[in-house]
Amino acid sequence: MAAPERAVVVGAGLAGLRGAEALREAGFSGPLTIVGGEPHLPYDRPPLSKHVLAGAIAAHATTLPHGLEADVDWQLGTPAAGLDRRAGLVRLADGRTLPYDRLLIATGTRARPWPNPHEGRLSGVFTLRGRDDAAALRQALEAGPRRVLVIGGGFIGCEVASLCRSLGLPVTLVEPGPTPLARVLGSAIGAFIGAIHAGHGVDLRCGIEVEWLEGEGGRLVRAHCTDGSRIEADVAVIALGAVRNTEWLDGAGLSADPGGVDCDGAGYVLDAEGHADPRIAAAGDVARFPHPLYDGRRVALEHWSHAVAQAVHAGRLLAGAPPDAAYGALPTFWSTQGNLVVKSAGLTEGADAVAITQGNPASGRFIALYGRAGRCVAAVSVDSARWLPAHAELVATGAPFPPEGAATDRPKGVEIFEPGFS
Amino acid sequence: MPDSSLLDQVKDFANRPNPYPIYAKLRQNPVSRQDDGTEAGTWVASTHGTIARLLQDPRVSSETLPPADRPRTGNPLTDLIVKPLKDWMMDRHRVFIFRDPPDHDALRSAVMHQFSQERVQAMRARSDKLVADLLDGKRDAREIDAVDDLAYPLPVTVICELFGVPREDEPKFHGWATQLATALEPDSLFDPEIRAKNSRTFDAIGGYMGDLIKEKRKHPQDDMLSGLANHATPAGVKMGDYDLIATSILMLVAGHETTVNLITNGLLTLLRHPDELERLRQDPMRAPRLIEELLRYEPPVQFRTRRTLAAIDIAGVTIPEGADLVLLLAAGNRDESVFPDPDRFDPDRTGTRHLGFGGSLHYCVGAPLARFEAEAALTALARRLKAPRLIADPPPYRQGAALRGPENLRVAIDGIV
Repeated sequence: MAAPERAVVVGAGLAGLRGAEALREAGFSGPLTIVGGEPHLPYDRPPLSKHVLAGAIAAHATTLPHGLEADVDWQLGTPAAGLDRRAGLVRLADGRTLPYDRLLIATGTRARPWPNPHEGRLSGVFTLRGRDDAAALRQALEAGPRRVLVIGGGFIGCEVASLCRSLGLPVTLVEPGPTPLARVLGSAIGAFIGAIHAGHGVDLRCGIEVEWLEGEGGRLVRAHCTDGSRIEADVAVIALGAVRNTEWLDGAGLSADPGGVDCDGAGYVLDAEGHADPRIAAAGDVARFPHPLYDGRRVALEHWSHAVAQAVHAGRLLAGAPPDAAYGALPTFWSTQGNLVVKSAGLTEGADAVAITQGNPASGRFIALYGRAGRCVAAVSVDSARWLPAHAELVATGAPFPPEGAATDRPKGVEIFEPGFS
Repeated sequence: MPDSSLLDQVKDFANRPNPYPIYAKLRQNPVSRQDDGTEAGTWVASTHGTIARLLQDPRVSSETLPPADRPRTGNPLTDLIVKPLKDWMMDRHRVFIFRDPPDHDALRSAVMHQFSQERVQAMRARSDKLVADLLDGKRDAREIDAVDDLAYPLPVTVICELFGVPREDEPKFHGWATQLATALEPDSLFDPEIRAKNSRTFDAIGGYMGDLIKEKRKHPQDDMLSGLANHATPAGVKMGDYDLIATSILMLVAGHETTVNLITNGLLTLLRHPDELERLRQDPMRAPRLIEELLRYEPPVQFRTRRTLAAIDIAGVTIPEGADLVLLLAAGNRDESVFPDPDRFDPDRTGTRHLGFGGSLHYCVGAPLARFEAEAALTALARRLKAPRLIADPPPYRQGAALRGPENLRVAIDGIV
């Protein structure tokens, strides 16, 4: 009798966990190993930049409940460092090797570090990705800093800045783009959201960059900006986005780069020649795949619901119970920025038009619908999430843009404007 | 071809005791056009899925009231100047269940801001005491009317105390509330006689509330009306006098006319399911789940009306633009695809998503009050009524098809402990 097949999941985050559960649920009964670079069992990240920083829950209280039996071999605290596909081996950073017959790549991302490592090591300078990061930053905020500097106006930057305001801390947000969230939502909608944050007391500095961070005695004291201004701050949060963890795949012969590891429509990873490796699938932030809703455009999505759905898909695939259809869930995400809840459905990338279809940005509650070549491609709700499902349907069906129909609080004469993607 | 007379059967008073078989027929077509005497007809959604979807559809408006049109008096000054002005004011300051965002949202947020956790908790303790007093007053009785003796006075006192309406004025509201509640019955919206009565009633209660608001400005107390009259929300919403009058009338009427049905339907259902009555008597902790099941099984508000602002494709039909809609909440609550064995009263159901409080932006503001008032009343009735027996089953019903409930509920007892 042949030895049972072995499965290895590299990555012990949300996608790794849900993928492992799906493997088991789909009938895979062989040995199962989960490799995690951090010493923690899988935990939930969204609360880290919200409830944990607010002090409402402890960082360690974010551990995810899971449905795995005790027979799972958890290899936590040692990241994977290499992949030998010919031998069917995952190599760990401490030199050990794990043989696999089926492999799920779910190594996710890490925070993009401050480019100057010396400045990045100053006491008071933080990134926010893992739960240890959140615990350390919470401690720093609790100590009552004079001012918090947030570098980067993406979702994490906006969440941290608004949270500081709700803690009563002075906060400055520096964003090189024209508005916060300009890269994801465009500067038109970004300006509306920026105005809401400014109204809550966030000192917003757009169109400039932090040039260097100055320390005294190893502690951050101020930041120097490209416009010559200085920001006195003893805490800085580097929120410059994420880097995908693909270095460990160097030399494995896969089509992988800092933008992710490529998958085919089914979910199998592709080698450098573009052939699928039927023993390996990828899921979550690290997986770049052709999205069927977007003409097969290759995307890697850093969204919670996507990590779950794609991991379940990949787990079934590897268990030999492939789902009927290619993975293509409508991308959705949410971001809680102080009292403000931003939710979205679809992909704004490449949109050539945007319209406010409900509400009024001046009131802080509205829906923005994005169009591309005459079709609805994304919808973003700001404090109006109840109307998002109706808009998500327009996006999922590729309804014509500008939309027909009506809404109870649609502005008279829907104005179409440039979304403002640079 | 779906039967288009089913909505008429729902409205038919003869079917008031048990409309559920008609709802089951309606569910065979999740959304169907029903005859209402007009060419356009009324479109009825009767399954859980279609109702939930339409509640969250931005093309569905709650502005279903026809324009105000007071009866003429024959006095030219009144008819030509005062009446149009009053009609205009009435239209501009409708109660927020008949309004859409953004106005609805602002008015509702002001109410929610005053509807604080502390106030709700205080009224919760208070309602236990009120129930005890009401039942103590009937200690020697051998028969009670659950409506007059408990289900009506309890919510009235709760809402009046919450709003700061003086106790001696409570009786005035009885007639006013009953009259104004007819505005939720679709047919009454277009009946000139009922509308004239409603206008007069609105003027009377509006005059009363206007005076009371002045009083609350002069001498603010710790009640919701004082709060609404004197303070803005953190977002800066503060109602003008006309909206404040309309909103407080809405709250007082809603507080009078809905919870009474929840309590009465609750006792009726328990008397029809004696094993559940006994279980509640032995274990009052069962009350919350029992009340959720009641809200599914016999919801006090059976349906609400809406209007479409654009054509809507749903469940294989197209509802045209400008159509009258009925969201048949009570039918969605018996949808077998969501609630297995839907006609069974079963408080041990799990994961119910009933539509008893509606949903989405118009979700019942008073839901917490309704829940704890029903809990206070039903647990006390279960514990204290000795050998309760229904005198008439079905009991006589009130007129309304939307706000549906017994006119009275006579129960023979061997005493009250």
